[in-house]
Amino acid sequence: MSRIQARFETLRRAGRKALIPYVTAGDPDPDTTVPLMHAMVEAGADIIELGVPFSDPMADGPVIQAACERALKHHVSLRRVLEMVAEFRRDNDEIPVLLMGYLNPIEAMGSAEFAAAAQQAGVDGVLTVDLPPEEAGELADELKGHGIDPIFLLSPTTTDARVARIAEQASGFLYYVSFKGVTGATRLDVDAVAEKVGHLKSIAALPIGVGFGIRDAESAARVSRAADAVIVGSALVRHIAESTGHPETIRDKVAEELRAMRAAMDATQPAAAVS
Amino acid sequence: MSTPTEAMAPPHFTDLPDANGHFGPYGGRFVAETLMEPIEELRQAYETLKQDPDFQAELDRDLHYYVGRPSPLYHAERWSNHLGGAQIYLKREDLNHTGAHKINNTVGQALLARHMGKTRIIGETGAGQHGVATATVAARLGLECVIYMGAEDMKRQSSNVYRMRLLGAEVVGVESGSKTLKDALNEAMRDWVTNVDNTFYIIGTVAGPHPYPAMVRDFQAVIGREARQQIQEQAGRLPDALIACVGGGSNAIGLFYPFLDDSEVALYGVEGGGDGIDTGRHAAPLCAGRPGVLHGNRTYLMEDNDGLITETHSISAGLDYPGVGPEHAWLKDSGRARYVAVTDSEALQGFHDLTRMEGIIPALESSHALAYATKLAPTMAPDQIIIVNLSGRGDKDIHTVAAHEGIEV
Ligand SMILES: Cc1ncc(COP(=O)(O)O)c(C=O)c1O
Repeated sequence: MSRIQARFETLRRAGRKALIPYVTAGDPDPDTTVPLMHAMVEAGADIIELGVPFSDPMADGPVIQAACERALKHHVSLRRVLEMVAEFRRDNDEIPVLLMGYLNPIEAMGSAEFAAAAQQAGVDGVLTVDLPPEEAGELADELKGHGIDPIFLLSPTTTDARVARIAEQASGFLYYVSFKGVTGATRLDVDAVAEKVGHLKSIAALPIGVGFGIRDAESAARVSRAADAVIVGSALVRHIAESTGHPETIRDKVAEELRAMRAAMDATQPAAAVS
Repeated sequence: MSTPTEAMAPPHFTDLPDANGHFGPYGGRFVAETLMEPIEELRQAYETLKQDPDFQAELDRDLHYYVGRPSPLYHAERWSNHLGGAQIYLKREDLNHTGAHKINNTVGQALLARHMGKTRIIGETGAGQHGVATATVAARLGLECVIYMGAEDMKRQSSNVYRMRLLGAEVVGVESGSKTLKDALNEAMRDWVTNVDNTFYIIGTVAGPHPYPAMVRDFQAVIGREARQQIQEQAGRLPDALIACVGGGSNAIGLFYPFLDDSEVALYGVEGGGDGIDTGRHAAPLCAGRPGVLHGNRTYLMEDNDGLITETHSISAGLDYPGVGPEHAWLKDSGRARYVAVTDSEALQGFHDLTRMEGIIPALESSHALAYATKLAPTMAPDQIIIVNLSGRGDKDIHTVAAHEGIEV
């Protein structure tokens, strides 16, 4: 069982939902990232999603675009991100790490080399935003061959037939993008998301995470009632942008935000359904 | 019709892309999940309308009465004699409405948008030619229009910015990344994924996810179809070589496509060589890049060792793009077409040569193709024929040329 699968299993037994914070690796500088990952774990993160900076982040809004630009000023490459994961793993063997990024840096390294290096570093899942399942065969096979879960997106435009096909290729969990748009936008409609997640669960057996547009404890809690995982990105990255140059302030603010989300999410769950 | 031996041969170049939009290993659909269904709807709508005689008749009417097609094929005799080699014919896309080949594509996609019931048009632009051509068709159909343009490009193509605004388009300056065409494309993609229900994205070149590279090619192939017929009428035979500049590659593929199966016709695509390939400051992914994935397709890219897209340099905003249409990547690998680069200063020389020798002021993009013709023609015999795609007129570039020469206009 992969770390991601194990985590969801533990949470399910405890009647809790996963909190998955996203930060861009190397934002605002490479030294900030690993201590920030540990701080997020301490504040209640179940899985850490680490963005791989890319020069052309087409699916991201201005907040994460700027994060990529800050990281790229320090030339934080995919290889450098893997080093950060390896460094994190020296002190934490339990919390899954998921890389989120775009295909070209992986292509430049080569799928096979990347999958091997990612496994070596202790990566548990890889989400490639611009790689739909139709084109993903080779990379998905390499990842699975190295014990890494290929994570795929579902969106409001994904047809039921596609959901079924995507669920076949994916493992770990499915990432439902809560609205049509880029990261950081504010279009979340919690009721519509809840209904959609219920529908997705009738088609796919994997846990469903929901991301895009979750900005505070309240929206995290409301989404967590329906979803198995809540993914928060821009709301955290905003704190990093505001406190660039002050790594401790960044850690404090991000941790504070996550603690509030964790508490609100845990408070909203129906009494732990221990099975 | 294919004979039994031909049926044994590898598929014709004109049969590509395959059902999933692949040209050999290139092309495909590399987009976020939200766009997968919309691009599939677009593909279906396009495939249906492509077979529809009424749609084709409507398109032909627009190309004739609105764009002014067919564009002339002009024998540049004085220039040919001066170069002392092959006879050079110019396909005069500069004489189209709005002054470039870009309108062939926007007229087609706008009709498609209307058939699909979309009320809002978006586009990206580098030199501003595609933006102007898009704003033009949007004005004509009464559709809302937003054009994304790199802030850097807005500075060097300010007259086109004004033209688009006159036409009623909103021009949004893009401040991210290198502030040029690739960043404008990123921003247009972000708009599209957000407003996909009512919005049609008119991509300006043969890039993007399937079906764009094939669809834009089909709309631009009118260039090559006309040229093929015109040269047979004027010279009684097919040309020996075709030359076109390559930014994303739409004017080049438009000229090449109807000749792809004429193996005796040599094809030359000319990339923006900037300060020279050896300097690294250029916009020539086919000459000096390597395969990767950007903007929805797999193709040759300019990137660093870590797979990050690098900045490009060309005097011509329309060539300043780190990628290239996937069909060109395939034509390169298969050896059917050859890709070369000419530098900024060679292109400027081509600009002046044509202006002085033939009384035609060419776009800086097209001047790259002309500059290569000045190299190729003298190596050929006077009874041989080259067709150069004169993809646009140079009015938009006179400020750039003047500034380069220290002249204030
Ligand atoms: C006149 C002209 N020629 C060529 C190009 C390059 O585009 P493509 O390679 O798609 O023809 C442009 C782009 O703006 C242009 O304006």
